[in-house]
Amino acid sequence: MAPAVEIAGIARRFGPVQALAGVDLTVERGEFFGLLGPNGAGKTTLISILAGLTHADSGTARVLGHDVVEDYRNARRLLGVVPQELVFDPFFTVRETLKIQSGYFGIRDNDLWIDEILHHLDLTARADFNMRALSGGMKRRVLIGQALVHKPPVIVLDEPTAGVDVELRQSLWGFVRKLNRDGHTIILTTHYLEEAEALCGRIAMLKLGRVVALDTKHKLLSSFAGLTVRVAVDRLPGEWEPRIVRREGGMYVLSLADYAELERLLAALREAGLAIQELVLQEADLEQVFLRIMARDHEP
Amino acid sequence: MIPAFGSGWLALLYKELLRFWKVAFQTILAPVLTALLYLLIFSHVLESRVSVFDGRVAYTSFLIPGLVMMSVLQNAFANSSSSLIQSKITGNLIFVLVTPLSPLDLFAAYVLGAMVRGLVVGMGVFLVTGWFASLSLQHPLWALGFAFLGSAILGILGLLAGMWADKFDQLAAFQNFLIMPLTFLSGVFYSIHTLPPFWQALSHFNPFFYMIDGFRYGFFGLSDIPPAWSLAVVASFCLGLSAVALTLLKRGYKLRH
Repeated sequence: MAPAVEIAGIARRFGPVQALAGVDLTVERGEFFGLLGPNGAGKTTLISILAGLTHADSGTARVLGHDVVEDYRNARRLLGVVPQELVFDPFFTVRETLKIQSGYFGIRDNDLWIDEILHHLDLTARADFNMRALSGGMKRRVLIGQALVHKPPVIVLDEPTAGVDVELRQSLWGFVRKLNRDGHTIILTTHYLEEAEALCGRIAMLKLGRVVALDTKHKLLSSFAGLTVRVAVDRLPGEWEPRIVRREGGMYVLSLADYAELERLLAALREAGLAIQELVLQEADLEQVFLRIMARDHEP
Repeated sequence: MIPAFGSGWLALLYKELLRFWKVAFQTILAPVLTALLYLLIFSHVLESRVSVFDGRVAYTSFLIPGLVMMSVLQNAFANSSSSLIQSKITGNLIFVLVTPLSPLDLFAAYVLGAMVRGLVVGMGVFLVTGWFASLSLQHPLWALGFAFLGSAILGILGLLAGMWADKFDQLAAFQNFLIMPLTFLSGVFYSIHTLPPFWQALSHFNPFFYMIDGFRYGFFGLSDIPPAWSLAVVASFCLGLSAVALTLLKRGYKLRH
């Protein structure tokens, strides 16, 4: 059985910028897959190639076995894409937008499913409002609705919760989880790493157009086990400065490999005669893993 | 209600029609009023001064088919070009591009949408201006044929302009420096036989001239050149433009990056 998404050797250059430099990736059916990376890593370009919005210079991409170029009609029928940009057609109401979108896929009499989408996205009361009359968060929910009207088995969500308030974000994730339970494959890109940690079973991290990490969430977390230490001291001994992640008020935030390294830090502070005013320990989370991987894989 | 779609392109056509219908004051009534003002001013000023077809047709009667066709052409162009560039600039074109619609589907929907708007406006101009002169359609099929082909050509040109332009300014340049001069210099307001020989000869390089002259033949049975010749030129132009547009759509020219 063909995987949900199969990407092999995809490369794309925009002028001097190598947006993707030979990406290989397979997403199995039914997965909740995270695609993470800093701005400019190539996530959106990869999604655009999958959706047929951008041509690859080389490589192939398939959706449930259908090549996105050679067999684009079937590939696109099986794929739903929620774009990152907040785009809408100002001429139409929410319901018209969803009905027209259904029509593009040759689907008629889609009212029941559209009503269900509107309900889950909390848009029922706004169904007959013009798109211009909606708030940013509501417009984003319509984008999600548009990607779902043809019940695609593979759904790509490119930063779907940007600008959506916390309460609606929770209901949205509830809906997406339900879709995943019902068998839809979900591919998520997000800058909210706690969302990816809570939702995704497997995660790929992109940097400068390359996959720099690809594993299950649990393996990523365990392989990059470490500690985040928040310590309030007057200064840090010079040799510890490279371990500083950021400053938070009067506290240094350091990323340490393990407790042995913590012991060495404490010893160094004692030796330097620096008094600890406050110390907070935190186990590694996906954000820490992400920061370490991005720091580790500096530009080639 | 959205009609039962046979396939996706009908939905895009429906969207194109609904789009201009929702702003009918701007897209239908305004061009009808503009054409009416042209008729009132030009017929008042020129009726007794200009002789066309050796005096066999009154100037006001001569003018009306020209204005009808001009409105058809300009509005067909405006529909496809503005729809496409608005979708490109606002970004909502993505929701068309991620669907299984083929290049031919996109072509058919945008061009047919443009044709419908052009023909609806043309019909409106005909109904309103028809009060000012007695007109008879001597060869209605010729008139219809040229109206269909002319609106299709301008719909395709609008599609090409919408694909090419990256901003409204470029589209306005296309419209004002190409479409508008070709339309105004095509014999809408005059018979090319009233022009000096050089300008007469130059007019034969303007494809819009054949559309309007052929359309006018449908009304009067008179034209500056034989209608079959005009039909051949217009049909060839339409086929050539269709081939260009379909090729560019297949390549995703300025649509898919």
